[in-house]
Amino acid sequence: MATNPMKIRAANNGGITEVKALISHDMETGQRKDAAGAAIPAWFITELTAKHNDKVVLSAEFGTSISKNPFLAFKFKGGAKGDKVSISWKDNKGETRTDEAVIA
Amino acid sequence: MNNQRRSVLKSGSGAAFLGALAAAGIVKPGMALADWNKASFETKNLADTLKALGVSSPADSKDIQMTAPDIAENGAVVPIGIASTLPNVTMIAIMIEKNPSTLAANFTLPAGTEPFVQTRVKMGQTSNVYALVKSDGKFFTTSKEIKVTAGGCGG
Repeated sequence: MATNPMKIRAANNGGITEVKALISHDMETGQRKDAAGAAIPAWFITELTAKHNDKVVLSAEFGTSISKNPFLAFKFKGGAKGDKVSISWKDNKGETRTDEAVIA
Repeated sequence: MNNQRRSVLKSGSGAAFLGALAAAGIVKPGMALADWNKASFETKNLADTLKALGVSSPADSKDIQMTAPDIAENGAVVPIGIASTLPNVTMIAIMIEKNPSTLAANFTLPAGTEPFVQTRVKMGQTSNVYALVKSDGKFFTTSKEIKVTAGGCGG
């Protein structure tokens, strides 16, 4: 299944860059059942990595408790206007996606 | 076997590819470079989660701030923010005691990343939410009870 792009905003304020990301993903827990009563299989992001240029600034492991279309915000020191911030994730079906944004 | 090795080497992102192999069951989880810590995410209670993460009796700390609502009207989307004034924070984890899987997220913070994360979680019912922070190699926690009026799991 094709995945939708993430929305990433990165802004530098006083030497600290704050990154906000809205990721498009169903994040099925495996607990829900469809109309026919069959369990909907779990489908969720397991790993996520954020990079500033080529340096990793955050890595995360997610469980099924993270909401649908996950929101994530974090801050790191440094980062200049025009630098690249990229976020990649991988889900439990092995699908991956990477999107990037430029620090404002 | 040799073919597999070739393709791993050729792949631009070897680690990600290994992870995909692990997910497909071709490579055993222990062999992959950066593998999702399945064991810790399958734990059903706080004690087991801490054990799976290799944490023993973390100390309560007032230097961790959890920003979360007292009452979540919609359990499917509960905003949680964790910040800390502890030095050298390398890890932040969010645990929800009464969810089917206790560990919600585990963030690894390299040097230079501020001890601050915000995300949104699902909560099946009213529960204590724990923040686990690793600072200078020691573990600290704080907790907050969030009341849920409509659950977000099993809907």
